[in-house]
Amino acid sequence: MLKYILKKLLVMVLTLWIIITLTFVLMVSVPGSPFNSEGNSNEIVQQNLEKHYNLDKPLHVQYLLYLKSVATLDFGPSIKQPNQTVNDLLGRGFPISAELGFITIIVAVISGIILGILAALRHNGIIDYMAMGIAVLGISIPNFILATLLIQNLAVNWEIFPVATWKSPMHMVLPVFALATGPMAIIARLTRSTMLEVLTQDYIKMARAKGLTPWKIIVKHALRNALMPVITIMGTLLAGIMTGSFVIEQIFAIPGMGKYFVESINHRDFPVIMGTTVFYSAFLIVMLFLVDIAYGILDPRIKVTKKEGE
Amino acid sequence: MEKILEVNDLHVTFTTYGGTVQAVRGVDFHLNKGETLAIVGESGCGKSVTSNAIMGLIPNPPGKIIGGRILFKGKDLTRLHEKKMRSIRGVDISMIFQDPMTALNPTLTIGTQLMEGLKQHRKVSDKEAKKRALEMMDLVGIPNPEERLKQYPHQFSGGMRQRIVIAIALICEPELLIADEPTTALDVTIQAQILELFEKIQNVTGVSIILITHDLGVVAKIADRIAVMYAGKIIETGTKREIFYTPQHPYTKGLLNSVPRLDAKGKLKPIDGTPPDLFSPPKGCPFTARCPMAMEVCNKIYPASSDLSDSHSVNCWLQDERAKQLLATMVTN
Repeated sequence: MLKYILKKLLVMVLTLWIIITLTFVLMVSVPGSPFNSEGNSNEIVQQNLEKHYNLDKPLHVQYLLYLKSVATLDFGPSIKQPNQTVNDLLGRGFPISAELGFITIIVAVISGIILGILAALRHNGIIDYMAMGIAVLGISIPNFILATLLIQNLAVNWEIFPVATWKSPMHMVLPVFALATGPMAIIARLTRSTMLEVLTQDYIKMARAKGLTPWKIIVKHALRNALMPVITIMGTLLAGIMTGSFVIEQIFAIPGMGKYFVESINHRDFPVIMGTTVFYSAFLIVMLFLVDIAYGILDPRIKVTKKEGE
Repeated sequence: MEKILEVNDLHVTFTTYGGTVQAVRGVDFHLNKGETLAIVGESGCGKSVTSNAIMGLIPNPPGKIIGGRILFKGKDLTRLHEKKMRSIRGVDISMIFQDPMTALNPTLTIGTQLMEGLKQHRKVSDKEAKKRALEMMDLVGIPNPEERLKQYPHQFSGGMRQRIVIAIALICEPELLIADEPTTALDVTIQAQILELFEKIQNVTGVSIILITHDLGVVAKIADRIAVMYAGKIIETGTKREIFYTPQHPYTKGLLNSVPRLDAKGKLKPIDGTPPDLFSPPKGCPFTARCPMAMEVCNKIYPASSDLSDSHSVNCWLQDERAKQLLATMVTN
């Protein structure tokens, strides 16, 4: 197990390094610098600023300095808001984004699985058609459209929920709903189709022949097998929710990481771009690793640790 | 002898987009306590549907038992509520499935799958359940049972898995065991071992067995009596000796002729043609179209059952006195 984890960690570090390098290449190849957007700054000020942030050095030196900042986890101060370091921004934004993401994924997984199971158990019945109708809507409506519709109707017209910001549970309902619908729909469809397949398996018939209750058959025998593909796509869904949250955070004015991320790119705020990218990538890589491990635990045929013969 | 199971005039249909399939069309048979009855027939003749009907496992919809009775120790199973039926399944009547590679849940340990039936139906502690599980592993001949209980199905070979499936079926000490093609998916050498295991189990537990198969070799080894099924009906029943040595129905004869034999010369004689379409089964004897002895009456009226002995009966017009006279005159001419 330890060997496996070490090997995985090595691959993770390698992946991260590739991401950092690519981000750096993209960053320097995009025209514009953090300073020249402001027309009033004169030549000398600009040169001094560039010197201060090491932007006057040759590219390979800048690259090494970036690598160093990643290795020491110190990304330095933001260029646009010099009184704050990147770590400050991350420390403030991440808990909020994490909260939004975590609640979203929980809501999406639970409601998606329940919807999928109901649809499978009432295959070709009214519940099935309704659930799959909801799923198709969920997949086809982009979350920013859904978000604006929700705000317009539930917040502005009917005033049931607050319009924006992130303060109380009531504030969370709309953004979570907007963000969770897509993943929920995907999970529901996947759960339904795998569940339908699993329910025709011989071991389900065997479980019935043992005289088990329908509840036990579904939860103990069917669900576990039906959830394998769902676990597999969890990584992709996580990435989707993370990128989706950039947009949702903007729309609902939630002060999470997404806001800083988008702003930093607009402002060419290099340290912040670097910091948020590395942070997001590292987070996603770790999550994918956890999904891998979970897969091995759920399905004994997949042995992550050692090979076993007959 | 005490009858443990009696099936009377059982009818099962399946409703599909293409119409209604009459899978089982009036099946009658009985099973005595402690004996092995083999139900033999080719694919699609209704053997498995009959066994699923006894277990109450006909998926409804599309399937439905539309007539007849299944008396298990005097109780009509077709009239039982699903809840009541659940307390019989796995306890009084158990079933073994064809393919041991798919009959076990790949994500649960053998121990869990072995003990869950017992835990469902009997109030036992974990320790007692485990003790019973180990006994069963021992009975079906699995070495290192203690260690094997913690393993998963993929760590077992096909033959070992079938032993596990048998152990699962027997753990609540059922009185009736339905084995649906239990050796079809196995190697020939493993088949022989599993059949020996069946004999051993019957000696130890006295369980009555219904063996569903199309393999006459299997039948010859362990059956006491044989029921030959064709197109949803049982066309001939008798003891193993009666069916093998004095088969009466042309279909039974055809089946026996199509078994390869070491001592026979020449080609195998398969039965020509295919079974009738059960969407619209023929009014008369369903075998008429393939029968070398078919007469005009066969196409029109289904023959009644004629008894040749206490145990041997056949549904065929050739048993009619007039047909016998006709045959006699044809032979003399």
